[in-house]
Formats: sequence, structure tokens, C-alpha cells
Amino acid sequence: MTLSDTSAGNTNRFALPSRNAHETPKEHMKILIIEDDQEAAKYLVKALTEAGHVADHAADGDTGAHKALVYDYDVLIVDRMLPKRDGLSIIEDLRERDKQTPVMILSALGQVDDRVKGLRAGGDDYLPKPYAFSELLARIEVLARRRKPEDVETIYTVGDLELDRLSHTVVRAGQNIILQPREFRLLEYLMRHAGHVVTRTMLLENVWDYHFDPQTNVIDVHMSRLRGKVDKEFDKPLLHTVRGAGYVIRDDNR
Amino acid sequence: MTTIGKFFRTTAIKLSLIYLAVFAGFAVFLVLYLNTNTATLLTRQLNDTINAEIKGLAEQYGQRGLPGLIALVERRSRQPGANLYLLVNESGNVFAGNIARISPSLFQNVNSEPKEIRYRLIEEGTVAEGHTALVRVFELRGGFKILVGRDVGEREALQEVARQTFAIAGVLLVILGLISWVFVSRRVLKRIDAVSTTTQSIISGDLSRRLQITGSGDEFDRLAIGLNAMLSRIEELMHGLKQVSDNIAHDLKTPLTRLRNRVESTLAEEGKSDGYRDALEMTIDEADQLIKTFNALLLIARVEAKAPGEAMDDLNLSQIVDDVAELYEPLVEEQGMSFVVSTPDKAPVYGNRELISQALANLLDNALKYAPMETCETEGTSEASSKGAAKIEITVQKNQLGSFLTVSDNGPGIDEDSRARVLQRFSRLDSSRSQPGSGLGLSLVSAVAGLHNAKITLQHTNASSIDSSDKSKPRGLSVSIQFPEQRATANNAGELADIK
Repeated sequence: MTLSDTSAGNTNRFALPSRNAHETPKEHMKILIIEDDQEAAKYLVKALTEAGHVADHAADGDTGAHKALVYDYDVLIVDRMLPKRDGLSIIEDLRERDKQTPVMILSALGQVDDRVKGLRAGGDDYLPKPYAFSELLARIEVLARRRKPEDVETIYTVGDLELDRLSHTVVRAGQNIILQPREFRLLEYLMRHAGHVVTRTMLLENVWDYHFDPQTNVIDVHMSRLRGKVDKEFDKPLLHTVRGAGYVIRDDNR
Repeated sequence: MTTIGKFFRTTAIKLSLIYLAVFAGFAVFLVLYLNTNTATLLTRQLNDTINAEIKGLAEQYGQRGLPGLIALVERRSRQPGANLYLLVNESGNVFAGNIARISPSLFQNVNSEPKEIRYRLIEEGTVAEGHTALVRVFELRGGFKILVGRDVGEREALQEVARQTFAIAGVLLVILGLISWVFVSRRVLKRIDAVSTTTQSIISGDLSRRLQITGSGDEFDRLAIGLNAMLSRIEELMHGLKQVSDNIAHDLKTPLTRLRNRVESTLAEEGKSDGYRDALEMTIDEADQLIKTFNALLLIARVEAKAPGEAMDDLNLSQIVDDVAELYEPLVEEQGMSFVVSTPDKAPVYGNRELISQALANLLDNALKYAPMETCETEGTSEASSKGAAKIEITVQKNQLGSFLTVSDNGPGIDEDSRARVLQRFSRLDSSRSQPGSGLGLSLVSAVAGLHNAKITLQHTNASSIDSSDKSKPRGLSVSIQFPEQRATANNAGELADIK
């Protein structure tokens, strides 16, 4: 879905983001893929395994629902249309039984109301097919962390950068950084998912609440502005561009 | 056989037959009812007459004895249209009367209820033909018995009249049935037939056909008007669908072919893994672009079809515009353009935030792409073209019609004759072929405007100040969308693009 960085014509653009690329100590996730297209499922299992996760696969709704209920996964990837059972009904069923495993819905429909339906059924995120794998990976990594209590923190810290969500202040190395409200939200979102790649689409959705792709790379300009304020006058950059995927904020020393 | 079967299956004949059956049933009932009632009435009258006569004769007998009675009977018998009389003694000998001798058993049960018998009248000594009469026998003192009767011919005649009436009514009914059949089949069902004929030709592909409206304003006209409106909508949707598939066939096949050719030629070159990598990356780029185009097409089709599910809300257009402007502002500035956004506090609009935002984003994408084009005379890099005084302006106004949004740039603008075309899918002006783009941006804007019953207008930004013959000067493009007062009727979607 996301148009990857078109301006870059370099090699390795579409390499799967590996552990090395992120350089973050990342616990691997247990992922269940409920997808009836064997080819797509095989590709997903392979790509997720290469990204350092453990992927399981169920080819129909019944098996998927059973596995999701019995085993403990970190994330479920659920196709919207499945044989035997609709993807949404699986999610509704899980939520009814108080199983709160984060769910990423994949759908070939890809329309606004479809998305709303998916989220209403209890899905946590939604990605229309076809999607870029980097986009899916970034999103499920963020989803898997959602369960953990870090979200309630009021102060985010990355290296010497500190963001206080209550007083709306950003300090780096003791120096106050003045940000526009939107820049603050952008940084807040990046820091909440520090160490994890966030894609341009994710930023557009979560910081601006838009679900369309602007033709031009508006996000990149916002990021470069933010860089100018957060990184420019300091020797060590915290904001990094991940080629073919998106952005990540992290302290390379840790 | 089948034609006859078909004939009997038509509504006209069915209706006619049903009417006929109902009326015939009613007529039969009416005639039978009248018949029995009059028969009963007449019988009672006959009885009364007979009883009165007997009473009179008995009195006469009491006063004047047998000779008086005989004389009276003789006299009355001779009167025209007389009652029937027969006076007999105990042994059955006839003393007086005007009917031929009848079965003596009749005289056995005396004073019983009147009976119907066959009799023959004696007139002037001759015996006439047999008739039916209602008679009663009364016993007088001295063993005499007198039979008094009355011919039932009147009653019979009345029944005959009824039978005739019924026959005539039957014939009339059949004729009326035929007339109603002719009327129903000619006048009414002909129109239904016309509807089904038109429907047939629509089914076989001619979507432009419409039902005839006679102007009488009857049910058929109303039906035709409703069906025609439905057909127009269907045609419109079908047209959109056809356009989409044509567009897909034409504009998606081209990049697909290109993509395929690249992969093929890369496979032909042997042993260069670097070349493979580049080719694959370009392939993904192109696939992404294709997906984007495809999504945009689907979205336009969906918006144009006004598919339910697009949530509409009471929104503030100023807020929407400010948000999108905020998103684009760094980019516009980075391109070295000036960016002017003026919005009032509140500009109410009833619509879908996401779609309006996307439409505005498309307009801004276009402005960003084209505004710098003519500020630099020579074809050059973006670096060079950004030096000019490119300018993008967004204005929101509140007017009596609703809310008014304008996005203007000072690029080359669009000539009047091309304006209608650029709103169509995949239409790209020759001057913009060198620029990247799918030719769908303005189509979506147009579709979104349609969904909101808004009117979209394309103009030159500075039309008034520039001599129109001088085409070398940039006149700029100004796209205005007039959103209606909130919750305006959401019916007239079709003709939304009014190009000035």
C-alpha cells in the first residue's frame, strides 16, 4: 500500500529489515497467520522467520480460531475472508472469550467502511492487500508491544532525549527543545515505539489521522524538520531512516 | 396450442374471464332470487284468490242452495279469464264447471293445501289443450264437493320472462366481457406490454431506452417516471463501471506490459546479479504505482456510486483545510513556494473528513507539481524552477450557498476547452505528460464534490487581468468547490461538474 521512498534509487531498498538493520535487542514474537492463500502464507512465514520471529500458519477459519484460542501468541494476522469462517467472527469470538491477543486484519477489500468494521469487531490494526512486507512487519511489532504497560508512562526517554507527555516538554541533553504541537505528537509517537520501525503510513494514520496516501512525500519533510530540531545541534543522531520501510528513533549506544 | 395457451395466460383474458365469471354469478343469483320470490308471491296470490272464491261460493250455497251455486258457477265459468270450477256430488257426478273430468282421487283429500294439477278447459263444448292449474277442493254440506282453481299460466309467463332476461343478460355479459377484454388489452395492457418490450431491449443491452410517458399523469405515467429515473441511475453507474474497466484495460495494461518486458529482458541478460536487483526494485516500484492507481480507481468508482458506508458528519471545513494545510506546509515551503491559507473560524459542511481531506491533498499535489512549471522559462531541474515566485493559495469562505473552498496556483492553468476533460479519469493534458501522475487526481476531486453535492469550478486564477490571447503568460489554475448548505438533498448527483 505504502509507496516506498521513491526518491532513493539505491541498492538494498527492499531487503527485509533484519535484526542487524534495527540493531535493537528484540525478543522474537510468536505469530499466528490465519490465511487461506497458501502462497501468501508461505511467503509470510518465511519472511517473518527471517525477521527473527516464530510464525505459525492456519489455512482455514476453524483451525485458526482453535489455535488462537488454545495457544498463546503475541500477534495474530487474520485474513478477512476465509474458508469455513469469516475472519471477523474469529476476532469477535476471541474477544468474547476475553482473549486479548493483538490482531492485525488483512483484507483485499480495502475500503473505509471495511476498515471500520474490522476495528469494531475487535481488530487492533488493519492493512489492505496488497501490502509491503516492511509495512506489515512494522505494524505487528508495534501491536505486539501494545500489551505491555509501557504505554502508561508519562515520560519517554531515548538516549539523552526526554519527552514529558504531561507538561508537553522535550529536553535533550538538558536543553529545551521547542516543538509545534504536531511535531510534538510526531516525536511522541516515534518515542512510544522507540527501537521499532514506524512507517510513513503509520505516522499519517496515528499523528494526522489520515488513511490515504498523499502522492508526495509530505511525511519526509515533517521528519526532516523534526530532525532539524531534535538531532541537528547534537552530535549523535537519534532519528534514523530505514530504507524501504520508514523511520525509527533509537539510541545506538544501547 | 402454445399460442392459445399464451393467449389464455395474458392478463387481459384472465381479467376479462374473472369479470365475466363474477358478473355472471351475480346475474344468476339476481335472476334466481327474483324468480323464486315472484313465484312465491304469485302462488300466495293464487291461493288467496282461490280461498276467497271458495269462501264466496260456500256462502252462496248456504244462502241459495245448490241451484244458486250451480247458476253462479255457470255464470262465472263463462267469464273471460275465469277461474276453474268443478262441482261434483258424493258419487263424483259433475253438476257444473268449466274443466274436463279429472281423476276422482283428487276429491279424496278435501280442504287440503292447494295442489297443482294438469287440466283441460271446456269451452263452448270443446275440450281444450291441457294446462297446469293450482286447485283446491272444498266440501259443502250435502256431500257436494267443489273444486276451485286458477291457471298458473301467468306465473309461468313471468318465469319465462325471467328466463329470457337471463338469456339476454348472458349474451350482454359475454359482449361486455369481450369489450372489457378489448379495452384492458388495448388500452391498459398495451402499455404494460410497451414496458416489457422496453425492458427487453434494455436487457439486451440498449441502456439508453426509456419508457414512454403519455402525460396523462396516471399510474402508468408515475410508474414510467419512477422506472426511468431508476434506469438513468443504472445507466450512469453502468457508464461509470464501463469507463473504469476501459480505463483499466487501457491504462493499467501499459505499465503491466512495461513491467513484464523489463523482467523479460533482465532474464535474457545472463549472469549480472546487480542488474537483477535493479530490475526487481524497479518492478516493485512499478507494482506499487499500479496498486496505487488501482486503489484510486476503485475509490473513485465507489465515491461516484455513492456507496453507503462513507460516514457523513457535520464538519467544519476550515478545520479540515487547516489540518491538510498544516500537513503540506513544510513541503510547500521546502519547494520554495509561498503558501497562503485563509480560513474563517467556522465554515460548516456536511461530509466525510477523510474524502474532503484527500480531495484537497490531491489539489495540493497538483498545485505542487504544476505551479512551478512556468515560472522558469527553460525546462530545468526542480532546483531551478523553484526559484520563481510560485504560489499556492487556499481560501475558505462562508457564503449564502454554504461553504466555498478555492485552491489556486500561478502555474500554467488549464485552457477552457480542456477543463471538462481533466475531470475525467486518466485524462492528462499533453503539457503534463512528462510529469509523474496517474491522471486520477482531479477525477477523485470531482467524485468527492459529487458525493457532497458540491459544485466544482475550474478557472484561471487571474483571468481578468490577463489578455486571453496571450497564452505564453501563466494564468494559473483555480479550482473552487462550492459545498451546499448542510444536509442538502442528496439526490442530484449526476450533473455536478459545471465548467465555466
